[in-house]
Amino acid sequence: MSSNTVKKQTSLAGLAKSVVRKQIFIPIAALLILVLFNLIADPSFFQITLQPNSEGYNVLSGNIISIIDRASELVILAIGMTLVTSASGGQDISVGATIAIAGSVVLRVLCGSNTRPDTLQAPVIVAFIVCCLVSMLFGAFNGTLVAYFKIQPMVATLIMFTAGRSIAAWINNNELPVISDPKFAYYGNFIPGIPIPTPVFITAACLIVIALVLKFTNLRLYSQAVGINPHSSRLNGINPQMIKFITFVILGLCVAVAGFIKVSRLSTINYSVVAKDIEMDAILAVALGGNALGGGKFNMTASVIGAYVIQFLTTTLYKYDVDSAAISAYKAVVVIILVVLSAPIVREKMGEVKKKLFPAKTAKEAA
Amino acid sequence: MSSNTKASTPALKKMFDRKTMTDTRVLLIITIAVFLIMYASAVIFLGKGFSKPQTFFNILNENAALIILSCGMSLVMITGGIDISVGQVTALCCMSCAVHLDFHNGSVFTALLISLGIGLAFGLIQGFLIAYLKIQPFIVTLAGMFFAKGMTTIVNATQFNVENEEFKALKATRITVPGMGSVNKAGNYVPAYVEIGVIVALVIVILLFILLRWTKLGRGFYAVGGNNQSANMLGINVTRTKFMAHLLCGFLAGIGGFVYFMHVGSGSPSHASGAEMNAIASSIIGGTMLTGGVGNIVGTLFGVLSLSTIKNIVSSLGLDEAWWTNITIAAMLCIFLLVQSVVLARKNRKKA
Repeated sequence: MSSNTVKKQTSLAGLAKSVVRKQIFIPIAALLILVLFNLIADPSFFQITLQPNSEGYNVLSGNIISIIDRASELVILAIGMTLVTSASGGQDISVGATIAIAGSVVLRVLCGSNTRPDTLQAPVIVAFIVCCLVSMLFGAFNGTLVAYFKIQPMVATLIMFTAGRSIAAWINNNELPVISDPKFAYYGNFIPGIPIPTPVFITAACLIVIALVLKFTNLRLYSQAVGINPHSSRLNGINPQMIKFITFVILGLCVAVAGFIKVSRLSTINYSVVAKDIEMDAILAVALGGNALGGGKFNMTASVIGAYVIQFLTTTLYKYDVDSAAISAYKAVVVIILVVLSAPIVREKMGEVKKKLFPAKTAKEAA
Repeated sequence: MSSNTKASTPALKKMFDRKTMTDTRVLLIITIAVFLIMYASAVIFLGKGFSKPQTFFNILNENAALIILSCGMSLVMITGGIDISVGQVTALCCMSCAVHLDFHNGSVFTALLISLGIGLAFGLIQGFLIAYLKIQPFIVTLAGMFFAKGMTTIVNATQFNVENEEFKALKATRITVPGMGSVNKAGNYVPAYVEIGVIVALVIVILLFILLRWTKLGRGFYAVGGNNQSANMLGINVTRTKFMAHLLCGFLAGIGGFVYFMHVGSGSPSHASGAEMNAIASSIIGGTMLTGGVGNIVGTLFGVLSLSTIKNIVSSLGLDEAWWTNITIAAMLCIFLLVQSVVLARKNRKKA
């Protein structure tokens, strides 16, 4: 009987170990810690109420809803960023600047030459398509530099990072168009009669699309192969340059969607502030998801959860009246702790310490 | 790198010899040529301001801190790493010094110590995480940047000018350049001047040039950046070399922070924002490759000068809007990156 219990214990320990080793464990653990912290500190954090908003419709409101809503752009970006990271082994730091461009294009198409039109000058769908095309063009520019000129992704995208917001301002002649048509605001806020914010639906759609793409195409396999070893993947008949290029174009598409949501939220744009530092958050989401930033294998679900964790953290900090500029310091500490804990060397050392502390247990396990 | 193992005399003849035409040298020559052509054409076509020596020295005055930051960045980039925290560390140094001087009645000397201490602390922690725990430099310094940014606002959230008399005297100190000057409108001769920061920056450039060229540590930087494993086999302590590079970069960010503080004389959370990107751009224009192993401090100096000359040219062309500056810098960066890419392709072809 005693041997039976020992067996049970080891199998439990083994189960725990395999769970801990799973990549998705890191973001989920971070999420659980945040949830637990909020539960203990103030359970009302999770309250969700149905309240009429400024337009008189009943909408859901509460911290959780606002986290899911506000994280939309970040989640969409994290999808593209994960693919780019996997295939090229680097990150795109220009996403914030290209969101400004995408938003600027949307406003330019919708407003025409007038900065404050009473009616929309073009259908929203046309604006969206143009914005997608322009963003994909900029994605293709980055992709060309990375794939065909073999420039490190971070440096290649530094070009757009520097010029992006300036180009965005130039598209609208440095004016700040405002759209007064309330229909345009539906995409970033609420559609009348539906209590859930629209960006949540858009994000869900994006997630479904990417899940299907990963399931039914070879994108996952190819980008991982290219990220792990471009040379040998070329020998196996994959065109590594093409794959890298495609991931950047996909990121361009993600940027277009995120930029569209971003301008729809406010119906206007501020070139120097819109989506500021979002590139850092997107990269953090990928890192938090436990994906190797040097390319190779990736876990999309983990990245997406990582993005939600970051928004959760931001909202939690806001709730405790942390200054919006000072938030970055706290984020940095959290990130450093996470990265240090997940560093292979630290894990190895911790394993050694564990062995020293519990020599009997490990010996039993070995036996 | 073969260019470093061979002595560079007789310099000029050897410089253009095909055999010794290494990547470092090609890129350096391109950078210096671009700067000279740009400045010369500015003098010829734009005239007025650019022909005065003071215009040139003003470029130095304004960019002394950027030169120091870029030097640190080049060191790290030569070892194959990157440090994007330098700009925000500069802002943090400025704010801490300003608060120390004005609110706590500190002396300039202790302010300097604070600035150097902050830089060293960042270098120490980031270097440890990157070299000893082998975490990606980009992520570590990204966190460092966030941390410095947040800390600056925590120390003080608003901009203010420093009123400390001792510091004001130091800030106003100007060193005249012998033999240079111009005649102003009233017909008086005005000698050209530089600020203390410029002297500091130039001394650092010279020291680092010596370090990279003639010391074991400096050679180690190139070796580690060129190929980690071969460097290890050669008996170089790769971990310690990387650590030293980041430590030096942090320390230089501290010095750069104080120099920046001496130039602007105020503390503000928005100080030196984007300086890290300018520093990276300057290093790249100066011929430092992000892949590591290739780079030159003199090139970095010219990189900073080119970058700021472009800015001056754009603004004196009457294109005052800030976006033109950014777009030209980006275009310049793009061109230099393409040149690097071509050089790298040439090198790979040679190997094969």
